[in-house]
Amino acid sequence: MSEAMDITVTVNGEVFQKTIEPRLLLSDFIRHELNLSGTHVGCEHGVCGACTILFDGMPVRSCLMFAVQADGHEIRTVEDLGTMENLHPLQEAFQEAHALQCGFCTSGFLMSILPVLEGTTDLSEEDLKRAMEGNLCRCTGYQHIRDAVQLAAEKMSSGSES
Amino acid sequence: MADSRDMKTVPSPIGESVPRIDALEKVTGEALFTDDLQFGPGLLYGRVVRSPHPHALIKRVDVSKALALPGVRAVVTGEECEEHIGLYLKDRYIFCRDRVRFVGDPVVGVVATTDAIAEEACRLVEVDYEVLEPVVNPLRGMDPDAPLLHPDLGTYGVVDFIDPKPGTNVANHFKVRKGDVESAWKECEVIVEREFQVPHVQHVPIEPHVAVAQFKRVGKITIWSSSQSPFAQRNLIAEALGISQSDIRVIAPYVGGGFGSKAGVSVEGTAVVMARAVPGQPVKVRLTREEEFFCAFVRQGLIAKTKVGAKANGEILAMKTNYYWDAGAYTEYGVNITRASGYSSTGPYRIPNVETDSYCVYTNHPVGGPMRGFGMPEIHWGIEQIMDIVADELGMDKVEFRLKNCLRSGDANVTGMIMHPIGLTECIEKVKQAIDWGIQETPSAAHKLRGKGLAIAWKAPAMPPNAGSSAWLRLNEDATVSLGVGGQELGQGTFTVMAQMAAAALGVPFEWMRISAPVDTKYSPYEWQTVASRLTWSMGNAVVAAAKDARRQILEVAAAHWDEDLEHLDIRDGQVISYRTEEVMPLEKMVVYGLPMPDDQGWRGGPIIGHGNFMPSYVTSLSNETGQGKRAVVHYTTGCQAVDLEVDTQTGQITILRVASAFDVGKAINPDQVRVQMEGGIVQGISTALFESLQYKDGVPHASNFTDYRIATSEDMPGEIISIIVEVPQDDGPWGARGVGEHPMIPTAPAIANAVYDAVGIRIFEMPLTAEKVFLAIQDQGAKS
Ligand code: FES
Ligand code: FES
Repeated sequence: MSEAMDITVTVNGEVFQKTIEPRLLLSDFIRHELNLSGTHVGCEHGVCGACTILFDGMPVRSCLMFAVQADGHEIRTVEDLGTMENLHPLQEAFQEAHALQCGFCTSGFLMSILPVLEGTTDLSEEDLKRAMEGNLCRCTGYQHIRDAVQLAAEKMSSGSES
Repeated sequence: MADSRDMKTVPSPIGESVPRIDALEKVTGEALFTDDLQFGPGLLYGRVVRSPHPHALIKRVDVSKALALPGVRAVVTGEECEEHIGLYLKDRYIFCRDRVRFVGDPVVGVVATTDAIAEEACRLVEVDYEVLEPVVNPLRGMDPDAPLLHPDLGTYGVVDFIDPKPGTNVANHFKVRKGDVESAWKECEVIVEREFQVPHVQHVPIEPHVAVAQFKRVGKITIWSSSQSPFAQRNLIAEALGISQSDIRVIAPYVGGGFGSKAGVSVEGTAVVMARAVPGQPVKVRLTREEEFFCAFVRQGLIAKTKVGAKANGEILAMKTNYYWDAGAYTEYGVNITRASGYSSTGPYRIPNVETDSYCVYTNHPVGGPMRGFGMPEIHWGIEQIMDIVADELGMDKVEFRLKNCLRSGDANVTGMIMHPIGLTECIEKVKQAIDWGIQETPSAAHKLRGKGLAIAWKAPAMPPNAGSSAWLRLNEDATVSLGVGGQELGQGTFTVMAQMAAAALGVPFEWMRISAPVDTKYSPYEWQTVASRLTWSMGNAVVAAAKDARRQILEVAAAHWDEDLEHLDIRDGQVISYRTEEVMPLEKMVVYGLPMPDDQGWRGGPIIGHGNFMPSYVTSLSNETGQGKRAVVHYTTGCQAVDLEVDTQTGQITILRVASAFDVGKAINPDQVRVQMEGGIVQGISTALFESLQYKDGVPHASNFTDYRIATSEDMPGEIISIIVEVPQDDGPWGARGVGEHPMIPTAPAIANAVYDAVGIRIFEMPLTAEKVFLAIQDQGAKS
């Protein structure tokens, strides 16, 4: 075992200082060290997208990174998106448009889609593709996830929500 | 079927697309899946040393080096597993004792303080094998001189409707003998005979299998698992360990997709045996995605040989089918898939002369389990293609041919069962219209060809005749309602639908409903298993019974309080009302504290708890010799699908442009949920039809990650899905409902194959229709112009 390392990382606006094993995956750090279990792990090899988080604002697969790489960086997980009482329009859209079934892929989709919507709510086919193509869902057939992205864009552009 | 009560004053959520009851938890990341549960620093990790050989005898196991590794707490082997386990046929040990039968068979379990140490210790385990010839094909497995996988087959425990053949590799043989097939051929104008093949595929739930087991020092066991069958798991593990069911507690949080792979017992068995070695401490076993592909259940492979004959007027006269199921090393469910495919072998057609032999054949492949459709997607792949070929040879339109021959209410089906009311013809008509059947569409480019194909389907819940459900319903002080069920939420929406039914039957707003989840065998009511698309119907009936029971109790208290007759009282929108006096009383408080009687005569009532159960009472057996009987199954759900697609003749690539799908669900309790089931099933069907196949070389699997084994992504979504709900009520279903969870996947693949034929004039009999296969076929046979 190599030596434990100290890291400082900002997660959902809160600063954490932790001593960790260098081989600890970022996904395991988030899930088991910080108890933020909304980030899911489906494949551990970077394909399913269930573990997607925002890393300095960019969507990354947390199963492909070591926790030590997050030292000095800023992370956002699904838990930061909205609260039960005050959902993010994207969460509302997922709920209203039946965009989930088992829900295991949902957090990953939300975190992949979010930066696209924050970039533009006037979605082109290309944007829609980019928002969804990196994540696997075995339940929904994707159609309603796509509907939810469009609904969220409408909600966000009308600005009536949030 | 309309609710008799006024829908305006009492919003009854039946038939309304209310949002999922679990959606809020799932969009916020609050929903807990098994691997999200925290067990603190006492948690140990289990890893499994698996067989690298498809077939071998275990000669020596040396675990001393693994045991010596710091951090290793226990090592278990087959020595600790004396009892066989299995759902219908007890044919496996949790850890192998003397023989391994597939690559991935569990041989040794290692328990350590971290996952990394457990993994490392696995590499230190030494196992010597004597490699045996593997059986890698069911036809080879049928050979009298094939290596025998289960020499002790005759000694295994088995249920009475499964018929294993000791001394062979046949774990079950199901027969249909109806009419006289041999003489019928003579009257046929057209006879078509073909062979179809379906490869093994994996369910690929995005959540991998995971289980945590803990042995209390007093001998009780707790298991937390991602499971479709908490009660069946409890029962099978209790039987295998020789302990009481009540000493095992299975807690099953939300399941991140199951599709059958999390039914019965899989990873939980290994976790239990490992936990037994370290009493007091929980042990977690979580499959890696690599293990997931070949150590969890796979869908069985199938070789189907089918012959169909029809008269000149288009009437199907005879059908003869042989199914050779590639069951894999053990048959948790495979033996019953073999049976179900036998008693459904004609598809939804009226055929007077039938001969079917369905064989469940042990091979040295991964364990075949149930997968969405339980054998039906596999058999319809052949049935619905051969019906197209027969129609073509007769010169008949394929829709007309189906309408002429398909089952209608009151017809006798393949086993002699008289069909209950079904809406199959309505499904066919609606799909025909939605897909613009008969109209030739224009391809998007010169090198592309466009075509349409259609398929029909049926499926019954395949289960023991007496599989039961139960439910309880408890009212809280504020009149919110806690509903206890033992069926599991896998994503199919059952918690939502159960809450809708309970709200409707009790007379309270949907928003008052709470599901007492997670399912916990210590507190939840019994449910056989969450499989077979049976919950809406079976558990739904139990929930309605429980709600009615609670309702009766409430009304009796109110009647006593008001000194009224029960018949004048009702519960509407969460209030007791009297139609006679127009008095109204909220349910709040009285459902827990009861009500005072008139004239200070004390109190009546008390905390209200309703309960109900359901078990079908009318299922009869089938003759071993003829497969005939009065009523082999509870009901069939039927439907039709059509596909409009385009084939790129330069690449072989298929693009699905439109899918129209109609199913007779009896009554859609939540129409949007029915539609999303249809879409999900269609895309899963497209995925298996176009991409998926587990590849083996001499029994050794290739694909072990998402890069090598591709499933449909958002890029593969059809351009348009038209989902149509048909409602011909089920006589014993709640509000007429029957299940539809599995069905949309059944006709998808053959409809695609039929559409490819329509487009390019080439028929491919082996699933999947990969671009490469289609391209080579076009090169070989030339596309029609
Ligand atoms: S778990 Fe990270 S991409 Fe699948
Ligand atoms: S909802 Fe189950 S994987 Fe997407």
